[in-house]
Amino acid sequence: MKNVLDSVLEEKHQGSFEFTAKDLKSGADVRWCAGCGDFSVLAQVQRIMPTLGIAKENIAVISGIGCSSRFPYYMDTYGMHTLHGRALAIASGLKIARPELSVWVATGDGDCMSIGGNHFIHAARRNVNMNVLMFNNGIYSLTKGQYSPLSLKGQITKSSPLGVLDDPFNASALALGAGSSFVARSYDKDAKLMKVVLERAARHNGFAFVEIYSNCVIFNDGAYDGYTTKENRFDNTVNLEHGMPLVFGKDLEKGIKLDGFRPTVVSLTDGKHSKDDLLIHDEADTTLAAILADMTYNPTVPQPMGVFHAVDRTPYDQRTTEQLEHYAIQPGAGDMNALLKGNDSWEIK
Amino acid sequence: MEKQEKYLDGLTIRFAGDSGDGMQLSGTQFSNTSGAMGNYVNTFPDYPAEIRAPEGTLYGVSAYQIQIATKEISTFGAFIDVLVAMNASSLKVSLPKLSKGAVIIANESGFGAKNLKLAEYETNPLEDGSLSDFEVHSVPIVETMKEVCADLEMSPKFIERTKNLFALGIVYALYSRDSEHTIKWLNEKFGKKPVVLDANLRALKKGMEYTAVNDEFTTIYKVEKSEVEPGFYRNITGNEAAALGLVIAANRANMHLFLGSYPITPATEILHFISGYKKHGVKHLQAEDEIAGLTSAIGASFGGYLAATTTSGPGLSLKVEAMGLACILELPLVIIDVQRAGPSTGIPTKPEQTDLLMAMYGRHGDAPIPIVAATDAADCFNMTIEAARIALKYMTPVILLTDGYIAQGTNAFKVPHIEDIPEMSPTFATDPETYQSYKRDPETLARMWAVPGTQGLEHRIGGLEKEDITGNVSSDSENHQLMTNLRQAKVDGIAKDIPLLQVHGEQSGDLLILGWGGTYGAIKDAWNDLRCDGKVVSRAHLKYLNPFPANIEEVLNNFDRVLIPELNMGDLKMMIQGKFLKRIIGLNRVDGLPLQTNVVYNKVVELLESKEG
Repeated sequence: MKNVLDSVLEEKHQGSFEFTAKDLKSGADVRWCAGCGDFSVLAQVQRIMPTLGIAKENIAVISGIGCSSRFPYYMDTYGMHTLHGRALAIASGLKIARPELSVWVATGDGDCMSIGGNHFIHAARRNVNMNVLMFNNGIYSLTKGQYSPLSLKGQITKSSPLGVLDDPFNASALALGAGSSFVARSYDKDAKLMKVVLERAARHNGFAFVEIYSNCVIFNDGAYDGYTTKENRFDNTVNLEHGMPLVFGKDLEKGIKLDGFRPTVVSLTDGKHSKDDLLIHDEADTTLAAILADMTYNPTVPQPMGVFHAVDRTPYDQRTTEQLEHYAIQPGAGDMNALLKGNDSWEIK
Repeated sequence: MEKQEKYLDGLTIRFAGDSGDGMQLSGTQFSNTSGAMGNYVNTFPDYPAEIRAPEGTLYGVSAYQIQIATKEISTFGAFIDVLVAMNASSLKVSLPKLSKGAVIIANESGFGAKNLKLAEYETNPLEDGSLSDFEVHSVPIVETMKEVCADLEMSPKFIERTKNLFALGIVYALYSRDSEHTIKWLNEKFGKKPVVLDANLRALKKGMEYTAVNDEFTTIYKVEKSEVEPGFYRNITGNEAAALGLVIAANRANMHLFLGSYPITPATEILHFISGYKKHGVKHLQAEDEIAGLTSAIGASFGGYLAATTTSGPGLSLKVEAMGLACILELPLVIIDVQRAGPSTGIPTKPEQTDLLMAMYGRHGDAPIPIVAATDAADCFNMTIEAARIALKYMTPVILLTDGYIAQGTNAFKVPHIEDIPEMSPTFATDPETYQSYKRDPETLARMWAVPGTQGLEHRIGGLEKEDITGNVSSDSENHQLMTNLRQAKVDGIAKDIPLLQVHGEQSGDLLILGWGGTYGAIKDAWNDLRCDGKVVSRAHLKYLNPFPANIEEVLNNFDRVLIPELNMGDLKMMIQGKFLKRIIGLNRVDGLPLQTNVVYNKVVELLESKEG
C-alpha cells in the first residue's frame, strides 16, 4: 500500500501555479483596530508571497495568541491559530514533518519572548527553516495594555501605573545569542524596507527572525515614532546593506564609525571623515551583528534596520530528512517483521 | 552422588547485586531461556534510582525478578524461591520477600568485612546461623573464575565481571535450564571480542558444572513445559512494546510517524527506541520541553503524520493546555502517559495509576478525550495500535495510560506477522468542491482532514471555537452548545466500536472485582487463586476508560458488590460512582509497588466473610 500522505501530495497541481495578493485574502474581516501597524505587514506578506515561486497550497502560517496572531485567519493559505507562546513548537513539528512546505510564524513580542521564550531560543538554535515575523508593539494589546518583555523601563501601562521596573529584552541580540541564522528588523511605516526584508527572510534557508516595529494605536501609540515617522527616520535609523558603509541622514550626510567596538556617529560633511572611515556591513560577521543589535537601546546612534545577520547553516528539518535518507538504504530498512521479532526471540513449536 | 529429580509448578527467582554486577543480564537470560523452553514468564527489573550508586550499599542494589511457571501467570511473583545474592546488601534487602525454605546462592566474595559493614551486618549471615530457614549455598565464584581464566589475557577486574554468568550457570543446572539460548546470545553479543566471549562461556559452563558435581545440591528441579501456543516469542518491556506499537500502527495506516517527546522517567525508553528506528523512516524530535513535545506533534499531525508524544505525570500536567487545543482542532494524536508515583516529582521510578482523573477531566472547558489503558507489557503494543486506530478514525487525541511497572517489566510477547495486524484506512480530503474543515462523517462524527499541500483546500484551524461545518471562528452561543455536544457525542460514540466488557466467572452474583490497566496481572492471579480455593467471585478488567464499554452498566448491575483495586486513592471508583450511581468498594494502594496478588486475595476473602458494602 502506498503511503496515504504521499499519494495525496503526488496529485498534480491543476492549472497555473500563479496567484496574486488578492488570492491570499481569506475573506474573513480583518479585525485589527483602524491604524494598527499589523495591516502593513499583512499587505507586504500578501505582496511578496506570490513572487516566491511557491505554490499557494504549500504555504502554512502558524500563530500563537495575541492581536498579531490573528494573522493566519486573514490569509488564504493553510493556517493554524494555536496556543499562547506555542506557535514556534507547532511550526517546528510541521516543518520537520513536511520540509517542503513554506512555514511562516506570526507572533507578538509577548507571545514570542515571554510565554514562548523557550520555544523561540530552541527553534533558533535548531535552525528550523521557517520565517518568524515578530510583530513588536511593545505591549500586550489583546489583554488591553499590560507591559511586555519588550516594553521600556519606566513605561506606564495598565499593569505598571508607576512605571515598568524591568529592562526589556533586546530582541535581535536574543535571537543572535540563540543562534538564529537570519536576524532582521523592519517597521510598519516603511513598506519598501519591509518588502525587502520579508523577501530576504522568505528566501533564507534556515530560521529567519524578523522583528517588526508595529504601532499599537490604542495601548502604545507612538512608541516607535522617534525612529519611524517621516520626520525622524532619516536621522534615527540606519538601513543596513551588505558590503556597504553605514550611512544615514536625509542626504546620507552621516555615517557610523567603529571606535573600538563602540559605534559612533560621524559627519561626512565636516571634512573630518569620509565613507572610507565607516563601518562596512557584513551579514556573515557574528561579532558585527552583535554590535548592531546592541545599538537598539543606545540613544547616541540610530536604530539599525534591515538584515543584521544572515549565514548558511543546514536547517534541522533538512538534517532530519538527510538522516532518514541515509538510513533508508541500510539493510533491513522497513522490514517490519524483523523489527517485531527483535534480536532475542525464540520459537515454540 | 546421584541427585534426585523434582518437578515444580513454577518458581520465582531474583538476581540481586550492585548496578555493575550484570544482574539485569542474568535475569533477562534466565527469563528468555525459560520462555524458549516453553514456560510462562513474567519479570520485573528493580533498579536503584541512582545512576551509579556506591558499590555494596543497601540503596544501590539492582535486582531482576522473574516468575516462571507451567500454568499461565501474570505477575513477577510475590515471594522469592531462589535468590542469587552477589553481596551482603542484596541479601539483606531481599530477605523480607524470601519464601520459607528458599534457595540462596551467595557470592562468597561479596560478604567480606567491607560488604558486611555497608550492609549493616555485625556478623556474616552466611555463617552466623541467621539463615537457618533457608537453603544457603555460599559459592567462591570469583576465586573459581580466576583459576578458570588464568590462561586468558584478562585483568582480574574483567574476570570478576563474569560472575553473573557463573551464577546463571549454577541456577541453569539447578533448575534444568537449557544453556543453548544463552550461548547463542553470548556468541552474537561478544562475537567481536573473543577473549570476553571465551571467559563468559567458561563462566556459564563452570557454574553449571558446579551444581552438577557439588553434593550440596541434592536435588535437580524441573519446570514442565506449558501449553503455549506455537509461534515466535520474545520478552518485551511495555516501553519497547509501545514504541513498536507506534511504528507498526503507522505502517498499518500507511502513514509516516512523528514522535515529539521530552525525556522523563519512566517513559524515556520509548523515545530511545523510537530514535533508534531511523531506518524505518520514523521522525522524532527531542523537544525543548514537555509542551513542545506535544505541540510539535500537533504540528506534524496538521501536516498529515501519525503523531505521538510520550510522557509521565509531571509531563502530562504540562501538556494539559495543548491537549485542549488538540481536542478542539480535532486532529489525531497518540499521547502515551507512563504513570508514576506523584504528586510532583513523587517517586519517579515507582508505578501508580494516579493520572486517570487528570486524563479524564484535567483540562479547562469541556474537552473530552478518549482514554485507553494497557494491561501488561505486551499489551502496550496492542493498546498503542488501538489508540492510533481510534485517533485516526475519530480525528481525536487519544490518551494511553500505562505505568512504571508494565513499562519496565516484561512478559512474553507473541510476535505477530505484520500482515496479521489489521490495516487502518485514514483518508485525506482532496476535493475542493466538497471539503469543509468541520464537516463530519455521519457515522463517526470525525471531521474531514485536509493536509497542507493539497490544492484548493487551504483552510485555517485554531483554538477559537469553530462554526459547525465551515470551521469559521464563531462566538455564537447556540453554535458553542452544538459543538460541545458534537465533541462529546463523537467520543461517546466510540463505545460502539470497542469490545464489550468480559466477565470471568459467574456473570452475576455477589462480588465482582473490577480492575483497569496495569493491575491486570495481580488481579487475575489473585482471582485464579481464589477460584482454586473455591471462592465465588467474578472479575472484569477495563482497557477502555473513556468511553467505557457499552455494557458496563449492565455488568455493574449484575453484581451486588463491586470491588475496584487500583493504585490511587479512588480514581476509577469516583468515575464509576459518579456515572452509574453504584456504590463501589475501593482497594486503594499507593505504596510504590505494583498491585500485589495477596493484597487482592486477602481483601476478597475479607469481603466474602464480612458481607461489607
